[in-house]
Amino acid sequence: MWDYTDTVTEHFQNPRNVGEIENADGVGDVGSLACGDALKLTLKIENDRIVDAKFKTFGCASAIASSSALTEMIKGMSIAEAEKITNEDIANFLGGLPKEKMHCSVMGREALEAALADFRGVALPKAEGEVVCECFGVTDLEVVRAIKESHLRSVEEITNFTKAGGGCGKCEGRLQELLNKTVSEGLRVVPLKKSRQRMTTLQKIKKIEDVLEREIRPGLRMDGGDIELIDVDGDFVTVSLRGQCTSCFKSQTTIKEFVEKKLREQVLDSLVVEEDK
Amino acid sequence: MKEQQDQVIYLDNNATTRVAPEVLDAMMPYLTDLYGNPSSMHTFGGQVGGALKQARSQVADFIGCDPEEVIFTSCGTESDSTAILSALRAAPERRHIVTTRVEHPAVKNLCENIGSMTGTKYRVTMLKVDEDGMVDMNDYLESLTEDTAVVSIMWANNETGVILPVEEMARLAKERGIPFHTDAVQAAGKIPIDLASLDIDYLSMSGHKLHAPKGVGILYVRRGTPFAPFLAGGHQEHGRRAGTENVASIVGLGRACQLAQEKMVEENSRVKALRDKLEAGLLASIPRALLNGHRLQRLPNTTNISFEYVEGESILLHMNRHRICASSGSACTSGSLEPSHVLRAMGVPFTAAHGSIRFSLSVYNTEQEIDFVLEKMPQIIGQLREMSPFWPGE
Repeated sequence: MWDYTDTVTEHFQNPRNVGEIENADGVGDVGSLACGDALKLTLKIENDRIVDAKFKTFGCASAIASSSALTEMIKGMSIAEAEKITNEDIANFLGGLPKEKMHCSVMGREALEAALADFRGVALPKAEGEVVCECFGVTDLEVVRAIKESHLRSVEEITNFTKAGGGCGKCEGRLQELLNKTVSEGLRVVPLKKSRQRMTTLQKIKKIEDVLEREIRPGLRMDGGDIELIDVDGDFVTVSLRGQCTSCFKSQTTIKEFVEKKLREQVLDSLVVEEDK
Repeated sequence: MKEQQDQVIYLDNNATTRVAPEVLDAMMPYLTDLYGNPSSMHTFGGQVGGALKQARSQVADFIGCDPEEVIFTSCGTESDSTAILSALRAAPERRHIVTTRVEHPAVKNLCENIGSMTGTKYRVTMLKVDEDGMVDMNDYLESLTEDTAVVSIMWANNETGVILPVEEMARLAKERGIPFHTDAVQAAGKIPIDLASLDIDYLSMSGHKLHAPKGVGILYVRRGTPFAPFLAGGHQEHGRRAGTENVASIVGLGRACQLAQEKMVEENSRVKALRDKLEAGLLASIPRALLNGHRLQRLPNTTNISFEYVEGESILLHMNRHRICASSGSACTSGSLEPSHVLRAMGVPFTAAHGSIRFSLSVYNTEQEIDFVLEKMPQIIGQLREMSPFWPGE
């Protein structure tokens, strides 16, 4: 169960300003049935002041509460004041939202913008962006804006705020790019963990042989010894020491401190080197 | 009807069930005086071993197998993982798995991540289902190959209650020499299971879905079926499942199986009648309400209904105010942004999937409770629809 604040629960159970203003001066229609939430905001505006606001919402408790909060906040505001409202303001009005539900407050802010743009008869910048997330129809401009306004630092946070990446997940790479680009100015970015490059056994063997030849054998040979690669099984590398090395009491140290260290540095840091007895 | 509101109306029995009083009674001695370890050499521990033996027999009687074919585990998920990974290890040269798109996450997520779990690449066929949630037998037959290491198909679906023809599917797999696993977590206790007459090799069950406590499960492994333990450790369960036995819960599960056997008729008559009354009542009193899943091939206790143009979490939270407990397949209840994979696999449109509610009953439900729900639901749905920008009106 979600950890909703009492304010969220109260606004969900007793939503304010439900309905639709007839002959509204500004209408903001955002979201869709497919996305799982949608909000239609209607405004009555007189002398650049919002004198009435009503909403209809399809969505979860936090979507309904965010819509209700938004209408309460903007009633009586001048347009200039209303324009400054961010999704954080809506969330704060409600005493906070679970992080997975922040997109509900974003939907409120988007509906307000759409309604004000409709009042002025101008197009929204949203339409000009390039769609990044096809599942939820989110554009790059929306993503970049959310990153900047809400100081997002991971793809997961972008999904919580904008829903982008919450469907098939195909756009995660693109979201990461946008994130890196947007926060590149001296900010620390938490990158997506890159899956470690997987090597085939054959590639491993070739590389291990190469390192043995270049970096390990010359040293051993100076002491009259040698080394042979016996087997590679996953991360386990079996080797056999030859010549002087076989009788050297330091052979175990040679294997771990010298051979394993070199192979971990140059081939794969998870390798475990064992001696064939 | 007033006092009704002071108590919970629990219609979420596919999520978990109440522990039956008889089950708790059977368990209590093992949580108090009889705390010995069944592996011990003294009588004090040994008598506990006797209780395990009895529970094993009760389970075996319930599902129609030999007691030696029953392994106690910690949950249905552990049983699923053990069975599937066991079958894969037994046939390392085979690299293909057959399952369905509507499995519980315990099987679905295991199969989807089987490569990283095992370090071996597998081809996974996830059979599609039709709008009733049924698998096409021709698709199934075509999916079986010489390379197939295991088939894992749920007996009954947790979200819709749809029953899949696993008896027939197991027979077809057997003819082709392919081991067959079924997740019977939802089926057990609701429909009869007689493994002696079937070709099922592995079967998973969970205690808390049939009035035993959480934290205990069963894996049935047919005698002679290859088996590799999931946990390494002590010799418990004849070396098939290490770890000191969850004695009290196992005793409870044994008793729960006995009770389930006794109440199977009631489940399929009185509970089914209540379910049917609830379902028919909701579909009649609420416009644009749709039933999800096959009408007949279904568990007697489950109904899954979509209320178009409203969202599931909102419905559940309004039901919660009346202390009615149920579940939803909507995106918002799961924390993911997409609605139930089961409903999407069935092709339920998004408009309906987001507003789906699963009611799942048990023998503890009463007709008064169903009447109360039937009285409240139209109000709840109506109120939310009034608020929905998509609601076209009645």
